[in-house]
Amino acid sequence: MTQQAAGQSLLRLSGITKRFNEIAANDGVDFEIVPGEIHALVGENGAGKSTLVKMIYGLLQPDEGEIHWRGQAVAVANPKAARALGVGMVFQHFSLFEALTAAENIAMAMDGKVDLATLAEEAQALAEKFGLPLDANAMVGDLSVGERQRIEIIRCLLQKPALLILDEPTSVLTPQEADRMFETLAQLKQEGTSVLYISHRLDEVRRLCDRATILRGGKVVTQCVPAEESVESLAAMMVGEQVHTAQREGSAIKGERRMQIRNLNYKPLNPFGVSLKNITLDLHAGVVVGIAGVAGNGQSELFECMSGEVLVEPKAILLGDTPVGQLGINARRKLGSAFCPEERNGHAAVGELSLSQNLYLSRQSTDSVLSGAAGVIDLSALSRVTQSVIQEMDVRKTAEDPPAASLSGGNLQKFLMGRELSRNPQLLIINQPTWGVDAMAAAHIRKAIMALAKSGSAVLVISQDLDELFEISDYLAVLHDGHLSNVMPTEQCTFSTIGVLMGGASEDVA
Amino acid sequence: MRQIQLTKRPQASKLFAALSPLLAFALTLIAGAIIFWLNDKPPAQAIYMYFIEPLIAEWSLHDLAIKAAPLIMIGVGLAVCYRANAWNIGAEGQFVVGAIVGSLVPIFWPDFQSPLTLPLMLLLGALGGALFAAIPAWLKVRMNTNEILTSLMLVYVAQLLLDWLARGPLRDPNGFNFPQSITFSDAATLPEILPSSGATHYGFLLAIIVAIVAWFVLEKTRAGFQVRVVGASPRAGKFGGFSGSKLFIVAFMISGALAGMAGISEVSGAIGHMQPIISPGYGFTAIIVAFLGRLNPLGVVASGLVLALTYIGGEGVQMMMGVSDKVVRVFQGLLLFFVLACDTLIHYKVTISKGRG
Amino acid sequence: MGIAESILLTIATAATPLLIAAMGELVVERSGVLNLGVEGMMVMGAATGFMAAAVTGSAWIGLLAAIVMGAAFSLLFAVLTQSVATNQVATGLALTLLGLGLSGMIGEHYVGMAGQKLPSLDIPFLSDIPLIGAVLFGQDPLFYASIALTVGTMWFLFKTKTGLTLRAIGDNHGSAHALGVQVQRYRYLAILFGGACAGAAGAHLSLVYTPQWVENMTAGRGWIALALVVFASWRPWRIVAGAYLFGGVTIGQLHAQAIGVPIPSQLLTALPYIATIVVLVLISRNRRLTLLNTPASLGKPFVPDH
Repeated sequence: MTQQAAGQSLLRLSGITKRFNEIAANDGVDFEIVPGEIHALVGENGAGKSTLVKMIYGLLQPDEGEIHWRGQAVAVANPKAARALGVGMVFQHFSLFEALTAAENIAMAMDGKVDLATLAEEAQALAEKFGLPLDANAMVGDLSVGERQRIEIIRCLLQKPALLILDEPTSVLTPQEADRMFETLAQLKQEGTSVLYISHRLDEVRRLCDRATILRGGKVVTQCVPAEESVESLAAMMVGEQVHTAQREGSAIKGERRMQIRNLNYKPLNPFGVSLKNITLDLHAGVVVGIAGVAGNGQSELFECMSGEVLVEPKAILLGDTPVGQLGINARRKLGSAFCPEERNGHAAVGELSLSQNLYLSRQSTDSVLSGAAGVIDLSALSRVTQSVIQEMDVRKTAEDPPAASLSGGNLQKFLMGRELSRNPQLLIINQPTWGVDAMAAAHIRKAIMALAKSGSAVLVISQDLDELFEISDYLAVLHDGHLSNVMPTEQCTFSTIGVLMGGASEDVA
Repeated sequence: MRQIQLTKRPQASKLFAALSPLLAFALTLIAGAIIFWLNDKPPAQAIYMYFIEPLIAEWSLHDLAIKAAPLIMIGVGLAVCYRANAWNIGAEGQFVVGAIVGSLVPIFWPDFQSPLTLPLMLLLGALGGALFAAIPAWLKVRMNTNEILTSLMLVYVAQLLLDWLARGPLRDPNGFNFPQSITFSDAATLPEILPSSGATHYGFLLAIIVAIVAWFVLEKTRAGFQVRVVGASPRAGKFGGFSGSKLFIVAFMISGALAGMAGISEVSGAIGHMQPIISPGYGFTAIIVAFLGRLNPLGVVASGLVLALTYIGGEGVQMMMGVSDKVVRVFQGLLLFFVLACDTLIHYKVTISKGRG
Repeated sequence: MGIAESILLTIATAATPLLIAAMGELVVERSGVLNLGVEGMMVMGAATGFMAAAVTGSAWIGLLAAIVMGAAFSLLFAVLTQSVATNQVATGLALTLLGLGLSGMIGEHYVGMAGQKLPSLDIPFLSDIPLIGAVLFGQDPLFYASIALTVGTMWFLFKTKTGLTLRAIGDNHGSAHALGVQVQRYRYLAILFGGACAGAAGAHLSLVYTPQWVENMTAGRGWIALALVVFASWRPWRIVAGAYLFGGVTIGQLHAQAIGVPIPSQLLTALPYIATIVVLVLISRNRRLTLLNTPASLGKPFVPDH
């Protein structure tokens, strides 16, 4: 890329500051995007990336600082104003409507009069041009995550934006789908469109982006040309200190079978949920099994079947030799299992209850010491156990026993993991162990998971993060559209073989 | 255009949790003063007569306790129910059915007069209310039917049932066709606590005991913990291994039982016989009691007394100043509005700002 | 006028207020807001409609006053739930309790007074056609308004961009906000529309159905309207079917009481309420279908970041 004069900048931010509750999410941020560049915005969870792009897209207003568009100072009052300037945005968790069709979803972002039929045709034509297949009449709720993202992207492209913002776009894609998207972005760049690419996947940033701005703690730490950096050096800039990745030590020794799943079928109540089809899986002591897959392919359904939050055929799941398909979660806990769901507030924990009460939530049935006579809670015992978990997992908090919702994602996840780990479960099932968690906490959690397996427990990790799975799993399997692939030793897998399975190819192709 | 902006507090404000009911009450007083002023009554004097005078005379304090008893008893049940996220708004109907079932004993077996008569009546009243409340709960759990609408519909059904019974099967055959039952015997009448002082009956004491027990169970035991978790997050409740459906039915039946017990206490302690109408809307007013008490059983005791005061004060200003007694329900409705609005201060910081765009 | 004709006519009269109130609430719920205050807004509409008509001598002014009052009363709900983020269930209940109380207070001196009646349309010749003439061409103005309201609501929700936006908000207010839709503005307007409809429905009771003012004269019709929205699975034309079904039950039981069937009158009076429960049970039984039909953000509070 040729260096361009400042006068040619497309978007320039200077001194942008935004505070929530007196805490600065962005603190004096300066940066600039020139026409036709792919610019990476890199930072940890909580570094302030989302806040910054929300201000560019008009969803939030900066407290201080200025936004310049093509050299002119502008106030982006709302997303409509942003779209009028030529800014398009693809959200990480989408801004789609499940009960509406694809065409209706696209119409929702079109300002001014729209005719659904014409719009559908235009969308279809654009989709073909970029090689992104699209069914304009499909109900979005019935579509896969990748298809939904395509709708979001096409919706933006229909407005011919000068700047396209993509927030963590590949976190919901298979490696192959991600490659496809990179081609689309390259094509856009050719046509002169700028891209602001938000990611914490550093290898992608190195491959794709012309320049990178690194955010840490709401401030710009540095700018660099990613191609000239290594993943390690980028990571060090992002985190500010060295992150020690966990290292698996040799091949694990497969112990006795702790859980057996045979021909598990389940149809969820949610009309947009994913049915599980004929799932078969064994979990052995001492071994970490990782389940890869794009979000929305049955992960939470599988988790709930294993935990007993939903009941299935009695013999579809055995714990040891006991059929548990019809036993609830507490009965399964009493048989030595522990569970850690994906959603922290509202599933694994109740946000407005204190940490100690949240500890009680998952341990009231197994830890008789916590309940006294007539079901009266023993508060002093509860407080002792809670404090030991807090120390063990190095949970940082503001008060003695604060509400769960007041902790950062990483600290709460450490506490919730510690809550289960300190029971020394024979079997631990975790869904997305480090989702939305900062790098230091994530490393801590991964180490704890591997240590648990080493001490002789069976562990199942469901994750969308392939790096994580390759780092900690002894065996891998892939969940796609409610089907589970064969379980393979991690050594025999590559990103590409797993990626093909995540995309839904049958195993003989892979 | 100016806009109200809410910023979520990182933690619920303890200050406003305590202050919000007081603030709501103060706002109600201001609104009340305006209403009196609009009706050409001296606001200050009317407010004094409405809210202060009943607290000065001994007899009106007894009145207050008598009115507060059913409000507290129903309100405690509703507080538990709402904490479980189960929306029972049919307490009025459960109150009526409890009264009907409990009064079968003194009406059809007037000679059964023993120390067991009253406990049996209270038990039957609670049972009747609980079973009647079980209908919407069961329909919700098994048939997925909106409990708000069904429990409310059943209020009309219960009221019409009572109307029919009081004019038919329960009527005193020697009562000159007057639509009311025979008067309950002494053994079937809740006695007065301090006969020398006033008419407050043991229903009030019962209500206080119920509130204390409910508070202890809710805050200190595993059973109460279940209610709080399932109410705050059904999914987390499932993760804790609690059965949402079972809890839903239990919560409904507890509030139904308490409403039913309040119904039979009212008939036995305050009215003395059955008649077509036995409640000035206690079951609905108790919804306000529950919210004003911040869904905490001990708070409900205080708020039950406040709402009882709105009844008594209303009678006072009607007699002394000729203000319509309809003003009572207006005050009650306003109070609920203000409570809900003030509760926002607990979770949010409120600022008024210039709107953008 | 034959018996069948007059029954049809009275069924339409009983159905019209339910239809109008339920159609308003349908729009509110399609935007993701649950307003349980229909009964309160309706009874306020009935009271102010009657009073304004009595004072001015014009039933039309009464109708207008009722519509304005219904909307104004719903504004209270809108400010609390949208700007102050209160619990929608509790606030709706508060609106109903306050409406029942306030209407009783302001209408106290009008109890028992003879009222004004909205004149029925009477198209010459057409209204003389046997059986359907009077039903189709000799009704009160609100009957025609209710039909127009149904058609208009269907057109608005499914044929206009604004209607699409409203449905989108009801499906996912977070997504709508992210696209720059002013979620709260739409919801404010939807709530006001629902209030105006409830007010008009109340006016129908006190200016057409029984032209007088009686405290609590709505007698649960606001709640039945809420049930109708569920019954209709949030689809406008099904509201019409539901409203006429309930109109039929109401009129049926009144006729049964009049001819003196040997059933306690209280049981007959209870029939519409029992029918509501039965119908709700039948329609809600299929959980999956109910989940699919219900606006996904119904009743959930929404507070945007600033």
